[in-house]
Parts: sequence; structure tokens; C-alpha cells
Amino acid sequence: MNRRDMLKMIVTATGTAFIGAKVFAYELTSATPVAKTGFTVNDIALMNEIGEVIIPKTDTPGAKAADVGSIMAVMVADCFTADEQETFTTGLVKLQTSAKDAYNSDFMLLSNDKKMALLTSLDKEALSYNAKRESKEDMPHYFSIIKQQVLFGFFTSKIGATKVLRYVAIPGSYDGYYPYKEGDKAWAT
Amino acid sequence: MAANEYDAIVVGSGISGGWAAKELTEKGLKVLMLERGKNIEHIKDYKNMSKEAWDYPHRGKATQKMKEDYPVLKRDYPLQEASFGMWANEKESPYVEKKRFDWFRGYHVGGRSLTWGRQSYRLNEADFLANAKEGIAVDWPIRYKDLAPWYDYVERFAGISGSLEGLDVLPDGQFQPPMPLNCVEQSVSDRIKKRYKGERHLIPGRTANLTQAKPEEGRANCQYRRKCWLGCPFGAYFSTQSATLPAAMKTGNLTVRPFSIVSEILYDKDNKRATGVAVIDAETNQTYEFKSKILFVNASSFNSTWLLMNSATDIWQDGLGSSSNALGRNVMDHHFRTGASGRAEGFDDKYIYGRKPNGFYIPRYRNWNGDERDYARGFGYQGGANRDNWKRNVAEFGLGEDLKNAMSQPGDWSLGMTAFGEMLPDHNNRIYLNRSVTDKWGLPVLEMDVELKENDLKMRKDMQQDAIDMLEAAGLKDVEGFDKGYYPGQGIHEMGTARMGRDPKTSVLNAHNQVWDALNVFVTDGASMTSASCVNPSLTYMALTARAAEYAVSELNKRNI
Repeated sequence: MNRRDMLKMIVTATGTAFIGAKVFAYELTSATPVAKTGFTVNDIALMNEIGEVIIPKTDTPGAKAADVGSIMAVMVADCFTADEQETFTTGLVKLQTSAKDAYNSDFMLLSNDKKMALLTSLDKEALSYNAKRESKEDMPHYFSIIKQQVLFGFFTSKIGATKVLRYVAIPGSYDGYYPYKEGDKAWAT
Repeated sequence: MAANEYDAIVVGSGISGGWAAKELTEKGLKVLMLERGKNIEHIKDYKNMSKEAWDYPHRGKATQKMKEDYPVLKRDYPLQEASFGMWANEKESPYVEKKRFDWFRGYHVGGRSLTWGRQSYRLNEADFLANAKEGIAVDWPIRYKDLAPWYDYVERFAGISGSLEGLDVLPDGQFQPPMPLNCVEQSVSDRIKKRYKGERHLIPGRTANLTQAKPEEGRANCQYRRKCWLGCPFGAYFSTQSATLPAAMKTGNLTVRPFSIVSEILYDKDNKRATGVAVIDAETNQTYEFKSKILFVNASSFNSTWLLMNSATDIWQDGLGSSSNALGRNVMDHHFRTGASGRAEGFDDKYIYGRKPNGFYIPRYRNWNGDERDYARGFGYQGGANRDNWKRNVAEFGLGEDLKNAMSQPGDWSLGMTAFGEMLPDHNNRIYLNRSVTDKWGLPVLEMDVELKENDLKMRKDMQQDAIDMLEAAGLKDVEGFDKGYYPGQGIHEMGTARMGRDPKTSVLNAHNQVWDALNVFVTDGASMTSASCVNPSLTYMALTARAAEYAVSELNKRNI
């Protein structure tokens, strides 16, 4: 490298020379847009509806307010293995079939009580299915995956973390004997 | 001085490279620091430092694409969305695993000082004597007393918080106030002390996080966000960027050149001295030579050894330092991922405020103070206690309001800990150049042939069982042991391969970290370790580097090198 090239590349900062200081560090990842996840608008509405049964609106917001359907679509599209994707997407179809079988209706059109009854029976089915697996590595019941994704999507959302859990961005101090009484919210992070 | 000439060249910019640059520039040397990867500017480039889960497209989780691109990294926790981009590109920089070796590398300015675990412990007097006493490997050429003042020195500057305990097994240092134990950790500590009659101690972790600001370094105290490895806007943990680099910059004597892969140490065989280095620009592939009077090799243990292996091959086929037959040998790490956890009762009226980026430490007690086992050396434990969160598995709440209410409140207190065991140096645990595989720049790559040996495996039994026994003795419920299995490298404490020693025939470096065959070349990172101890090693690299830097400058001034 000749001196002129060297100088051209030098960026001076607080008394030092940084040569060739091209900057990019902690990389920002990009996600598949929701519209391109393979899930339709109806699918996302269905996931939000299922989510709302699992985590309903009470005096605080529920899963629908946090739009868990959209993050579930992105997580399934980008983070799931092909097997997990298959279990998840066929699971949504099976769930709709269960609604048809039990009530001859689309899940979306069921009353809240019937939605709860249907998903509660699937939750129990999932528990016994999972318990019978030979290995914990084997794929769990599809409803377990859906439920887990709802919980994940909700409690990692800004709404779930700040309106349902407690969140402090910069605690500033530490107290390992912090008083707690039943009913106090858990910390989000 | 010509444009490509410096008093000293430092290869690498991580924990030890940063220290080398600081010490040498502060002593008036003009220093060139070469870093193979990109630059990362303090605070400005910490893009994720204030993000929460909801700010990430995948809420912090790794995608399948990331797993495809990082087949090694995906084996363990480091692969996730928040710190993505902080690890070496595995396609550009491959290596060969004769046996599985998980190598987690940080190729950027600051190296792994940005992502390290920050636990900072001194080796003890016995650590430096153990090899000689037990006839294992070779004797350290230095003793604790040689390093003690340098531990003092680096602790004061780096800012280590910790408690003074007066234990021989874990020497006290120049500490800032500790990050205190929480209520459950303290209770378990008290019970262990009573049950084991003061032979075992559960103490606050000693960590390179400030509990008191260091305004003279422009660093604030920890704000308890526990986002350290995303970079800290407060400069509250020690990294090259927060601490050593600004100090070196302030001298006006430092030049940093990112994207500079040092391919070879230039060697003058007549004078038995290095004259400089050859560099490949990682972006343009152009090659350069830089000259210097002394050279500090701080490329991280294995890459420092790689550089020696790829240098002076016209004189020694296996590279500079290979005349000893110790180069690349005696790979060490800390084996871990085994321990126990349990549930604590009686603390339902307590919780935690703030996110402590630190836990507790139980110093070694095996083969210590009269205890004798069927293996050599020992292990320490690291762990912490907290209340469970929404991730806990609670089938009984079903769905709906009950589930929501339960999940929005904290669960039981649980405490978990994993042991970190000392791995003995073994001649057959080694790395070497594989010239049939090359990286993106056409350079040969390392091949790893490392495994746990009998002593390590025997120790692992105690590592799990002792954890179970201690937690049960401490009154925890549902105590469960675990052994998640360990592969070399997972500790990210790779050490050895260019060890210090007393004899050039059996060691690569002398008592001042000088390469026996090139006294103006100093290797002061993990490669230089003669044994591993069971404590986290980075503080020792800092102390070795500061000590070697002073010696190097004094030798330079005496014209001895």
C-alpha cells in the first residue's frame, strides 16, 4: 500500500487512526413478511381466535390484541423445521375438522363456550398423546405446539410484556429480597 | 518511521489484544493493532443494545436459515437473533473436526470481549504448582506471586466486582463491591456453610461488571439490564471497546486496521527474530507487509497457534515454535453442562428487582485441604436462583383466564448450577494444520483432535453427584441432577497449544510469554496456558499480557530484543 492510498483510507478519531473502518456489526435479521409466510389472512385470523381462547382479554389485553397470529405465522415460516411446519399446518386443518365433527361449524363461528370446550378437549388429548411418546424428542401433539406458540407470541409481545407482565427497561439497581405478594405480576424480562 | 513500520504489532483485538495495545501505547510505543474482522464502534454499533424480544422479527430466536449458515454455532446457545453477526462466518472460515469440537469464534474488533461471560477469577498458588507436583505435563515457569501484582493491576482497571472471602483456593483481589446474592442464593449459601463446616462456600460471582462508576474511563455502573453481550451503552462491563481501546486511543499511538488477516509472521532466521507480519486484506485480498520491533500474538488461543504454525515453515516444517513438539498440543477447555437444580420453598413473599448479570460461585473444594479423590484437580460451580416465569410448564391450568393469571405471576423459586471442571493437559489432545482444506482466502485451516480423557470423565461423576448432595443438604425440593453432555470447545475457554514452560524442548513460550525461537514474539492469550485450573481464564490472560508488555518494553529499552 502506498502512502497516498494509506492516507485515503485513514479515518482519524480521537487521536487514533482507523484504517478501512467500514462499519457493520450486530446484524439485523429480516423476516419473511406475514403475507409471504404461506398463511392466509383467514389462517392468521384463526390463529388469533385460537389464541384468544388460550389467553383471553380480561381486565388486561388478550392474544388477539397482541396479534399472536402474525408472529406465529412468521415463526412457523422462518424458525420451524419442515417436520414442525407440517405438524403445525396440518394441525390447524385437524382443529377445523374437529370443530366440524363436534359442532358442524367453522371454528371461527363457534360461541365462546364451544370454542373453549373444543380446545380444552384438544388440550387434554395433547397431554395424553405427549405422555405416550417414546421419547421427548418425538414430535408433540399439534395442539401443544399451537399452545406453546400462543404463549410465546403473547408474552414476548410488547402488549403481553408491558400490559400483562411488568417491564422496566433500565432497572438501575438490584434487590434480591424484593417484596412480593400474591397477585403481583411477573417481570417480563 | 515508514508508513508500514511500527514499534509493535498486536495481532487480535479481543481481551488480551486490547490489553497489549493499551499497555504498549501507554509506554510510548507506536502500535498497529490488526484485526481480521470488521470494526465495531463502542455504543454506536451496538444496534441491539436496547432491544427487547418484541423488537426482533423472530423475538430473538434463531431461524432455520441461520442454522443452515452456522452448523457449528447452532449446536449451543450462542446462535440466536440478538447477537447474530457476532460470530465467525463458518462458510468463509471452516475447520476440520477429526473429533467433534465446537469452536465459537468472534471475528471482529473486540473479539469475544464483547460477548464473554465476564466471570473473573484468579488462579491460586496451587494451580501453578500442580503440574510439577503431580508429574503432569510440564511445570509452569511462573508462580502465583509473579502474577499477583498483575492481577491487582488489571482488576483495578477492568473493574471486577466481588466479595473478599479470604480463601486460599480463590485468592481475593482488588474488587469493587459485589453484586449481592438474592434471598434464595443466600439461604443456600448459609446452609452449605453449616452442613460442610466451612469447607465449601457459595459466594457472589466475581464479574467484570462495574458496581461503581469509573468516570475516569467514561464508564457507568451496571444498570441491571442483563443485556451485556449486545454491547452496553453504559460501558458497564469490561470489553476492548469500553475499556482498553479508549485508553490506547487516548495516547495517540494506536492504529487499528480491521479486515486484516495476518497470514504469517515474517522471520529473520539469522537473528532469530520476527521482523513483522504478512497481511491479507479480508475485503480486497490484497497483501501487505507491516514491520515492527516486537509482536504480540493475541489472536485467540487456536488462531495464535495457527499463526505460529503457518510461519517460518521454511525453517521448521510445522512452524515457528514447533521445535518443541508442544505447538498445537495440550488443548484444554473447561468441561461443564453437568450439575443439579431444585426448588426452594419458603420465599413466596420475595421476588427480585433488576436483572443481575451474574450469579453465584462455589469455589473448588475437591482434592483440596486434605480431600482426596480418584482423579486429579477439581471443579467449581456457577449458578443462580430466580422465580419461574411464563415458560414454566403448567398443564393443570388448562386454557383461558386461569392460565393467563397463572402465567402472568411468577412461579416457584428454583436454583440451578453447573460445574466447570479442570481439563488436564494431554499431549494427544491437539490441533494441527490441514493443508488440504482452505478458507476463503486460500489459507490452510485447523483440524481438531480433542476429547475428554479418563481423569476428566471421572471428575464429571462428582460434578453431578456433589451438586445433588449440596442442594439437598441446603433443603431444596425436587432436586434433579443433569448431565447434558459436553464436547470440547463448548466452554469457549479453549487454552493451551503454545504453552509456557521452563525448557524450549517441551514448551513454546518462556516465563515471559516469549516464543523461545523468536524472543521478540509474545503470545499472551489462552494459548500460553500450561494448565487450565477450573476458574474462568480471561482475567489471567489480562494479567499475563500486562506483565509481558512491561517486560517487552524493558527488554526493548535494554536492546535485548
